This record gives sequence, structure tokens and C-alpha cells, in this order.
Amino acid sequence: MSARTSPARDLVYFVIFAAAVLTMPVWLAPIGAGYPDLLQKFAIYGLFATGFNLLFGLTGYLSFGHAAFLGVGSYTAVWSFKLLGMNPIPAVILAVVAAGIFALAIGFVSLRRSGIYFSILTLAFAQMSYNLAYSVLTPITNGETGLRVLRSDPRIFDAADGAEGALVSTLFGIEMNGYAGFYFCAVILIAGFFIAQRIFRSPFGIMLRAVKSNQNRMTYTGLNPRPYTLAAFVISGMYAGLAGSLLCITDPLAGAERMQWTASGEVVLMTILGGAGTLLGPLLGAGLIKYFENIFSAFNEQTLHSIFSFLPDFLETPVVGLMSLFVGEGWQLTLGVLFMIIVIFLPGGIMEGVSRLGRLFKGSDKPSAADKGRVEAAAE
Amino acid sequence: MEILKVSGVNKSFGGLRALNNVNFAVEEGTVHAIIGPNGAGKSTFLNCMIGRLAPDTGTVMFGDISLTGMKPFEINQVGVSRVFQTPEIFADLTLLENVMIPTMAKRDGIFSLNGFRRLDRDAEVRDKALHMLEDVGLAEKKDMHSGSLSRGDKRRLELAMCLSQDPKLLLLDEPTAGMSRADTNNTIDLLKRIGDRGITKVIIEHDMHVVFSLAKKVTVLAQGTIIAEGKPEDIKGDPRVQEAYLGGAHL
Amino acid sequence: MDVFLLQLLNGLDKGGAYALIALGLTLIFGTLGVVNFAHGTLFMLGAFCAITFNKLLSLEQVRIDPEKLTPWGTPLEVREPYVEALLGDFGHWLLNYSVPASILLAIPVMAIIGFVMERGLIKHFYNRPHADQILVTFGLAIVIQEIVKTMFGANPIPQIAPESLRGAADIGLMLGTDPGVIVYPVWRMVYLVFAGLVIAAVFAFLQFTTFGMVVRAGMADRETVGLLGINIERRFTIVFAIAAVVAGLAGVMYTPILPPDYHMGMDFLVLSFVVVVVGGMGSLPGAVAAGFLLGILQSFASMNEIKDILPGIDQIIIYLVAVVILLVRPRGLMGRKGVMEN
Repeated sequence: MSARTSPARDLVYFVIFAAAVLTMPVWLAPIGAGYPDLLQKFAIYGLFATGFNLLFGLTGYLSFGHAAFLGVGSYTAVWSFKLLGMNPIPAVILAVVAAGIFALAIGFVSLRRSGIYFSILTLAFAQMSYNLAYSVLTPITNGETGLRVLRSDPRIFDAADGAEGALVSTLFGIEMNGYAGFYFCAVILIAGFFIAQRIFRSPFGIMLRAVKSNQNRMTYTGLNPRPYTLAAFVISGMYAGLAGSLLCITDPLAGAERMQWTASGEVVLMTILGGAGTLLGPLLGAGLIKYFENIFSAFNEQTLHSIFSFLPDFLETPVVGLMSLFVGEGWQLTLGVLFMIIVIFLPGGIMEGVSRLGRLFKGSDKPSAADKGRVEAAAE
Repeated sequence: MEILKVSGVNKSFGGLRALNNVNFAVEEGTVHAIIGPNGAGKSTFLNCMIGRLAPDTGTVMFGDISLTGMKPFEINQVGVSRVFQTPEIFADLTLLENVMIPTMAKRDGIFSLNGFRRLDRDAEVRDKALHMLEDVGLAEKKDMHSGSLSRGDKRRLELAMCLSQDPKLLLLDEPTAGMSRADTNNTIDLLKRIGDRGITKVIIEHDMHVVFSLAKKVTVLAQGTIIAEGKPEDIKGDPRVQEAYLGGAHL
Repeated sequence: MDVFLLQLLNGLDKGGAYALIALGLTLIFGTLGVVNFAHGTLFMLGAFCAITFNKLLSLEQVRIDPEKLTPWGTPLEVREPYVEALLGDFGHWLLNYSVPASILLAIPVMAIIGFVMERGLIKHFYNRPHADQILVTFGLAIVIQEIVKTMFGANPIPQIAPESLRGAADIGLMLGTDPGVIVYPVWRMVYLVFAGLVIAAVFAFLQFTTFGMVVRAGMADRETVGLLGINIERRFTIVFAIAAVVAGLAGVMYTPILPPDYHMGMDFLVLSFVVVVVGGMGSLPGAVAAGFLLGILQSFASMNEIKDILPGIDQIIIYLVAVVILLVRPRGLMGRKGVMEN
């Protein structure tokens, strides 16, 4: 990595990235994704996947329980709204801290094992959290109904104002909905990306890649892999908590289903789709999945008919019939198929595809940076 | 001065006695070989020294530090490096990164949360690593993925990794196993060269050619017991050793 | 004591399902070395075999009764399933017994599904890391689920047990307790016996046939068996098909207990993985024992007496056991030393 990276280059990447994120409302509009609600989701899940990638992409430890940290972040944020007031900043900070502590506890235990056993341990902890949030922890989580901010809550710092109107978090008088909500998340995403970029380029980052590559050699090189993996686990848990709190910025509601293992599975899908171990991949994966979820699921037969209206009738009907399997309710089918294709043919995800294409055009056979960082799938 | 002193080490696996009251000492600055037929307990012995296995009884002293009960990474941090039978390297990383990791381990210790510093700005580590790669003749391949190296080159890389830590003691477990004659000779030359730096080396070896071209002192292990010890030329003629090697056809 | 017995029985039927799924998972892991996240889906597909069979049988013909009229003067329509029209009493019997009878459909269907899955996909992942295997089978599970959802809808489809096997039996009476103390649904008893039979059949097959011997040898030491010149690949396919059939049968017979929907497989998969880990990766008796054990533990944990002392324990007991086992004895209850242990 040191060969092809330089501070100047990273700065350029970072500036382009930041500019791209901030202008998303403009350039995503033509594909129908230019509305704040979806953009905010892109930013939040991008952050979630970026954090997950710091663990899985670098160390190769596949956690199937990251949704638990997302949930903890959400619950903490809502409690912060309830007790302290609707300012998102304490909510975000407290959520990161709470998720970090939670991740420290779970990581400390789970990291005693590696490989599939680690995956199952994290899965077990997340499922326990989910089940408990639904049942005995109801006083904290409000069970099935989900936790929301009520008018009667103390809200120490702003109980006086906002007697009427919808309950939305407010930063310096700006309500965090619509584009304000998106830009708040976008700024945090950019900060999160910056930190991830630094970790990738740091001595710590290379140690994490050493964990994935050869733990035995690492141990005999005078390095203890455990605190490295634990630190990565906690950091990625904090990212998840951060994402969880942002989910509550515009809609201050936290439900247990956010902790279910399918949600953990989703972030795995995002990271792999985009390209684990690359900086940009997880963000692409998150964007793609959220885009599918929102745009593809809204397609119906009529939209399809209008898209394929150029076809002669005898062709149009079967084509629309076939396509309708993959959109609307069936968007997850598209996702599943896409995911399988990626795992089978492009284990490095979209980023590997991009770099292969790039090489094709350039005609050079040098492996690119994206290729190098790719999931050479957990060295077990 | 003795840099390594092993006293009264026993190790059993179930009913099998792998090491039987082994006493062993290495003089600082020498090359000491441990030889013995298959199953003699050489690898068990090495693993007991390096912290991978815990001896049932006995002590392993490194200078005035007791290595018994220490974790492998702690043992490395006090100055003991190890070369494996099959080269253990970071196959997903470039050669330069491979050498930078041990360099940093030596400088920053067992764990350091350097998450915000840029590795490519760390000239100290980079220069040292490059220098080590030059030493073993791999400098021009520094940006290659180490997984694609030949076995001989992997061995060189592993040596560079160990040497970058300036170890006081280097343990080599059959450093030429599975190598071609040419690679073996290259490795011997390399080991001779780094011998000049005064690093104490313990070599476990099958290949007598390697042993006799490197070692100043040889210890012969058979069935978990030390049966002979001395200069290479004395060992060659020792009847007990020849018997242990089934008539000494090897020698 | 009676309460104890009742809880024991309550845990057994669920334990039976866990055991059957875990048995297949272990068989696949032990021989093929593949971690199959799509195994729960096979359970679900089995359940939908039962539904399909029932739907086929219930296809109705509509006939107009020439003589009778409805009260408002139109001709009376008589609806009658084709099977009853064609086969008479036997058809009626078949419809009544559609759940157990669909086993006959499920065996070949599941075997084919297993065959296709192994040849088409799993085969290519033998030498890929476990993480890749998990991911690709996870993707496959999503795809199969979605296809089932498109075909059968998202809502659970209840199935009913045959008339004679519905309702509850007072088992306590047989055991000499007072009437009404241990009352247990008959179908769950049937399920339990069925699970026992399937497990026995699998073990007998592995124990007493040459094929089974090779498979067991393969589980113990894959490389050596390969070196013996035995065509291990073909056997892998058959093993996978058997595992698919076992999971499918577990699903078929479970339909009267839990109305199947498209994602029931995932719910069972997570638990079955825990079962496999608790039993020990690669240990068949371990999988079966852990399946029943966890089923029973879960049932005991849901007793009010226990919940009063440890609130919420019923929700987490299985995972808690898994965590403890993984930390204390990573090879599981009956796993061999060194299998996936680190």
C-alpha cells in the first residue's frame, strides 16, 4: 500500500469524496434518488458499512452481530433526546460511547475465538440483545412498540420550547429533517470516511491486515493480535452506534427489529457487494442496496410496461412478466442474485470489477490498489 | 557467556515422552545446531523454548529472563526471533510491508494504537525495512505481493523480517527444508553473512551439509534425550550418533 | 415431577426439528467441509412440498347438480376435489393424510434439489474459505426464499394434521398420573417418533452400508479417503442430497405445528447452527443430542417458576449455552479434538 499511496493523493481522494457526497442531491437526481430521505439513508448505511469494513475488510473477522450496535446507538440517541433534549450532538456522542462500551464487552468475549466460531458468537450475542430488547428490557426499549420521544419527557435542556409541532431533533434552531437532516449525516459521513482513510494508511491499519494475513507470524513477530482485533471491533462498533443514532435524527424512534440478525446480514451484503477491504466499496454497496430497496421496490407492472413499451406486444408481456419478478416486492430476489454473482465471480466486489475494467482499458496488468486490499477471504 | 540455558526440561504427550531431562546451553555469538533423526523431539524442543508449548518441568533461561510461561510475542519482544520450517510471511501484503511490520513491532511494542499516523510518512521504519530487503537481495521486488514469491525468496523475506528486529537470538527450524540445492546454498551463504553480525543462532536441521557448513557446535537429540554434544568434526565420528542415525549412512 | 415430564415432552418436538436440521448441517460440514447457510431453506422447502402436495390434492372440479337447485333457483354447484372424484374413498383418505403422504413427494423433490444445489453451486466452493461458503449460501437462501415468496405469498399457510392425529392425548393417564395433568398434542408425539425414525435411519445407513462406511471414513480423514482412489466427489453429492432430504422431511412434518412461511428456514437456521456448535462441529451424535438438549432447555426456561428467578432467560437460553460452550469447550459436547478448534 505504501508504494502507491501518498498523503497528497489521499487528500485529493478525500476532497473528491467530500465534494461528491455534498453534491449527491444534484447528481443522484437523474436516477430518481435525489430526495433527502433516501440520501440520508445512503449516508447512514454508508457509515455503518464503512465501520463494518474496518473490522471485516481489514482483519477478516466476519461479525454477524453488528446490528446490535446499531440498535444500541438508536436506543441511546432516543434516550438522549428524551432526557437531555432534542439536540443531536449529545445524542450522537452518547450513542458512540454506549456502542463502544457494548462492543468492548461483546468483542472481548467473542474474539477469544476466530473463524466461523467468532461469527456464531457475535450472532448469538446480537440475538440475545434482540430477544431481550423485545422482552424483559421493555422498560428501556419499550418492547414491540419501539422507543419514541414523548411530550411528557423531561428533556432538561429544551423542555420549555417546542410545546407544539412534530418532534424532530433540532441543531441550533435548524430542524433535522429534509435536506438539513441529510447534510448533518453527510458531514458525519465525511468525517467517518476521513478517519477510516487514516486508519487504512496507518501502522494500526497494516497491523489489522497482518491479523488477516497470518496471525501465527504476527505472534512470533512480537505482536499480540488480540488487542488489535479488539480495537478494530470496538471502532467498528462505534461506527455502527453512530449510524444507529443518525437513524433517529429525523425520526426519533428506535425499535428492536433494528438489532435482528437480518440487519447484521444486510451490512455484510453491503460490504461484500461493494468490495470488502477497500475504502469506497462498502459505501457503494450500501448505496446500491438502499437504492434497490427504495427504487426497485417502488416499481410495479405499469412502470415496467412504460419502460418496455418500445417492444412489440408479443415480446413486451413476457419480458414485463419476467422483470416483475425482480422488482417491487421481489427486489430482494435481485439483491440475492446479484450478491451470489458477486461472491462467485467477483469476490472483490464492485471495486474489483471496476479495477478489472480499468486494467482492461489501460491494457496494463498491474494489480491496482483496490485489488490488493480485496478480500482474499479470511486467511483461515 | 551463555545466552540461552535450558535445564531439566521434560515434556510428555499422553504416555509418550517427547523430551527427557534435556539440559542445553548456547554460547552467545555462536551458531549451535540441533540434529537428530525423525521423531527425536527436535521440534518439541524448539516449541518449548519459544513458548508454543509449555514444558512439564524444567526452565528455559534467556540471559537472566525466564522464558517459561511467557507468550510467544513476549518472547519475541525480549529478543528471540524464529524462522519456521515453512516460511511464515504475510502473504497478502507486499514485501516492504512484510518487513515494516516486525520493524514497528520492535519499536512500538506488543500493541500500539497508531490509528492516525501515516505509515508512508514514517521514514525511520521504511528505511530500515528497505535496508533489510537490500540485505537479502529482495529490494527490487519490494512492491510485489509476497505470496507470489518462490520458496527460496520467501525464506529470504522471512529472514529479513527476523533480522529487522535485531534479535539477540535467532531460532531456525530446518531453514532449507524443501529447497533446491541452489536455494540451499544461497541460504547458507546468507546465514553465514548475517553470522558476521554476531547474532546467536540455533539451527534445527536435517541436512548435514547445512549443519557442517554453519555450526560451531552440534547437539544430537534422539528419542527425547541428548546423546552427544560437541564440535561438528567430533560429532561426525561419534559412534552413538551413527547408531542413532541407523548406521550413520547420512554422515 | 409431572410438570417436569410435561416440559420434557414440550421440548422434545422442537428438539426433534433442531436435531434433524443440525444432523444434515453436520453431515455436510463433516464430509464436504462446507458451512451451508442455505440449510434452513431446505427445511422451508420441505414444508412447502407439503403445501404444494396439499394444494394439488385440493384442486376441485365444479360440477352442476342436475336435480337440485339452490334456494334462489339457480343450479346447485357441487365442488369436489379431483382426487375424491377419481379415487373415491382412497382419495378422501389421501386428502386427510396429505401431510404425512407428502413425504412421498418430498423425498424425490428434496433429493433433486440437493443434487442440483451441490452440483451447481456448492461443489465450486469446496476449496474456498468458510467465509465465502457462508456468503454464497446466504445469497442462495435469499434467492430461494424470494422465489417461494413470489409463488406462495408472504403469509403463513396453515396445514392440518390428519383427523385421527389431531387434538391432544392425556399421556399422564397412561403413566398413572391424574387425568388432565400431562396432556400433549398427538401430532407432536407423531413428530417426535418420526424424528427418531429418521435419525435412526440415517445412523443405520451410515453404520451398516459400505457407502456409509466410506462417508464416515471421509468425515474422519478426508485426504486419506481421497487417496484410496474412492470417488469421493460422487459420494459428496449423495451425502448432500441425503442431508437435503432429512431437512425437507423435518419441514414436511413440522407444518401442522408451525404454519410455514417463506422465512421460517432462516429462523431455524440460526438456531440449528447454534445446535451444531454446541454438539460439536462434525459430530453427528453431538448434533442430535444437542438438538434435543437445547429443545428441552428452552422448554424448561419458559416455565414461569424459572422466569420468575431469571427474567428473560427463556429468550436467550440457547444462545447463552452456545456462548458458554464455545468459550469453555470449543469443540462442543461431542466434537473431536482439533476440528475447527482454535
